[in-house]
Amino acid sequence: MSKKVMFVDDSKTIREMLDFTLKGAGYETLQGEDGVDALQVLGDNKMDVIITDLNMPNMDGITLIKKLREHPVHRSTPILVLTTESQTEKKMEGKQAGATGWIVKPFTPDKLLATIDRVII
Amino acid sequence: MTDMDQFKRTYFEECGELLGDVESTLSEMRDAGATADGLNAVFRGVHTIKGGGGAFGFEDLVTFAHGYETLLDMLRDGRVDCTTEIVDLLLRANDIVAGLVGAAESGESLGEDYGADIKSKIEAAISGDAPSDAAASQVDVPQNASSADDGGIKTYIVEFIPNLDLLQNASEPLLLIRQLGSLGEIVSEVIADKVPSLDELNPEEVFLTWRFILKSDCSEEEIREVFEFVEDDCVLKISVDSEVVPEAAEDSEPEAVESTPAADVEPKVAQVKTAPPAGQAPTKAPAVSSMRVDLDKVDRMVNMVGELVITQAMIQEQLRNSTVEMSAELERGLEDLTHHTRELQESVMAIRAQPVKSVFARMPRLVRELSETLEKEVKIVTSGEDTEVDKTVVEQLGDPLMHMIRNSVDHGIEMPDDREAAGKPREGTVHLSAEHRSGRIVISIQDDGAGINRERVLGKAREKGLIGKNDVLSDEEIDNLIFHPGFSTAQTVSNVSGRGVGMDVVKQNIRNMGGRINIDNEPGQGTKFSLSLPLTLAVLDGMVIGVGEEIYILPLTNIIETLRPVEKDVNALVGCFDVLSIRGEYVPILYVRDVFGIKNAKQDITKSLVVLVETEDSKKIGLVVDEMLGQSQVVIKSLEANYQAIHGVSGATILGSGRVALILDVIGLSDLIGSQSDQKNLEKLVVTKSKSNDDIVAEDRTQVV
Repeated sequence: MSKKVMFVDDSKTIREMLDFTLKGAGYETLQGEDGVDALQVLGDNKMDVIITDLNMPNMDGITLIKKLREHPVHRSTPILVLTTESQTEKKMEGKQAGATGWIVKPFTPDKLLATIDRVII
Repeated sequence: MTDMDQFKRTYFEECGELLGDVESTLSEMRDAGATADGLNAVFRGVHTIKGGGGAFGFEDLVTFAHGYETLLDMLRDGRVDCTTEIVDLLLRANDIVAGLVGAAESGESLGEDYGADIKSKIEAAISGDAPSDAAASQVDVPQNASSADDGGIKTYIVEFIPNLDLLQNASEPLLLIRQLGSLGEIVSEVIADKVPSLDELNPEEVFLTWRFILKSDCSEEEIREVFEFVEDDCVLKISVDSEVVPEAAEDSEPEAVESTPAADVEPKVAQVKTAPPAGQAPTKAPAVSSMRVDLDKVDRMVNMVGELVITQAMIQEQLRNSTVEMSAELERGLEDLTHHTRELQESVMAIRAQPVKSVFARMPRLVRELSETLEKEVKIVTSGEDTEVDKTVVEQLGDPLMHMIRNSVDHGIEMPDDREAAGKPREGTVHLSAEHRSGRIVISIQDDGAGINRERVLGKAREKGLIGKNDVLSDEEIDNLIFHPGFSTAQTVSNVSGRGVGMDVVKQNIRNMGGRINIDNEPGQGTKFSLSLPLTLAVLDGMVIGVGEEIYILPLTNIIETLRPVEKDVNALVGCFDVLSIRGEYVPILYVRDVFGIKNAKQDITKSLVVLVETEDSKKIGLVVDEMLGQSQVVIKSLEANYQAIHGVSGATILGSGRVALILDVIGLSDLIGSQSDQKNLEKLVVTKSKSNDDIVAEDRTQVV
């Protein structure tokens, strides 16, 4: 049974690349454009991992993570944040909000899949 | 076009939009002053352009955007004042980004010093105004100290003491262990002495600590990397066990190593209070909690278990029938064998079972896209996603379900204005649910739309000649017309549904899986489609019945009761079928012997048995059979794959005796008498069969009537 990944990013490019990479690796995917959209798309569908950008319109990644951690279905779902290398404090902020880990941008498909493997059972 | 080209095209399109947005925001800010929201939006735009640029390796663009972004970040934080000059600088920086994006798109080079003046102005703005923070963006390049690592295999002792709340962020110790195990040979030991009594135990807290002995040629840095995400949520002690490293000095002074900096990996003896001496074989790592198996392998196993079940039944039957006296041991052995085979079969089936979630999860997006295309407001509510069913069923469910959801959104849910006029909320709801019900899975798709317009369906069916001009149909029959091939009531053919190849294909798909569709239509209030599907397509609990010398299997789920009829309860409907009165309810009965043309079957109905069965769409019929031979779990063999489809038969199986028995398809049988249009069929069928054993049947008829 294929694992399910949701990713949330306001950039269509990133979404398409994530989608391509993940589907190619046999994952099922859900996409969200921002926090609000993500919550709506997600509903009660349990994911195996949720990947989110931090800086997004409508609802940013930190708020999204906090909401997910309060959600009865998603509170124990691994969450990875997308950060850039310079943003050490962002990693920590994400972690404090409830993120499980992070993926540093830009990333290669291998790195992405390896990082997902680290948090997904 | 390669995928990469496709991504690039998306990227450049996106850049175009973003650059436009950034420019208009900046222009606004120049006129009306800077706002936090505005700066945020600009930062986001530049950040996205930079992120994508990095993915495609546009170095110039990334380098420039990085400085630009840093300045924006400082403006956001108020570390740099957002003066008109700065906004102007940002606007010009934006032009440079646009130029760089354009160059990246066309593949031309703009030269080293393109935008250099703006770049230096940005750098000046960054360093000039807030020198102390300027370095912030430069930190965090981890010193990849390759340490004193000479490439030889070392024995590390890694102590992992998670904080109680490690699980809060969905971190999973097992995964860490698995990953650590991938570095080399690992022996792990769980220290559970901190686990409190059950009533004090909070299942969301970690009370365990771990101690690993890792033999690997990796560096300590690599070990630390495994725990990168949980660095702040645990205490991690790493040391090198000198006892096992031959070249290590005989350092007799034990020393506990507290999260040492990366470079510090000189061999040290660990002091671990609770640990037994290394080498005294602690338990092997429970590293893997799940594994991926090729589906073919599982299927092969399912098949073999199926054969095993048959063989087991065969042995049992042969022994029972043989003259050899069975000893108590043999009897018990046989019983155990039966029990174990059954259990084995269930476990194998459980491997293939998976929640319908994977199919359900695709639906919200579908509904969103559809409602956008159709300009409707529709939300989807799902429930019972965890209901498990065989993988094959899950896989085959996707298409029909998508079709039905599409149908509900397209044909069921009305336009928002119409809904409002009808006193309903503007937003329509499609409820998708799954549940287990008496050995089957029932999936329902319920919408609160307009329901099926029976008049229109009827009109359309007449117009298309699907039914006769004067046929009188019940509401239920009208509703079911939508499953007729070539039927579509959509006013215009939309690209969503309505090509008339929808619902009949859906019904066919579902029937092929041994499933049924039921429509619950309330005009004005909505429609509910219920799919009832078997949990597995591989085995079936059945009742073995005998008719003449033939043996058939009747699915247990269909059987309501069995009775021996009294003559006065059996009545013939002229020219149609016989009916049996059961506690005041008339149920049509079908002689199995007639359906399959079996000779030597009992002709006197009072000596036969009537098995009262119910189809998934709640039609009841009585099947007249000679005898019940017992209950048995059978492995379904496809008839189509081995022979051809036969109406009234859903498959075949091999019995313990080695005989092949057909599995009766109750709905197929009920179709023979079920709908009015099919009654002539039955008559014909009954007549032809009757001819074959004319006299006896004639005699029988008179008796019965």
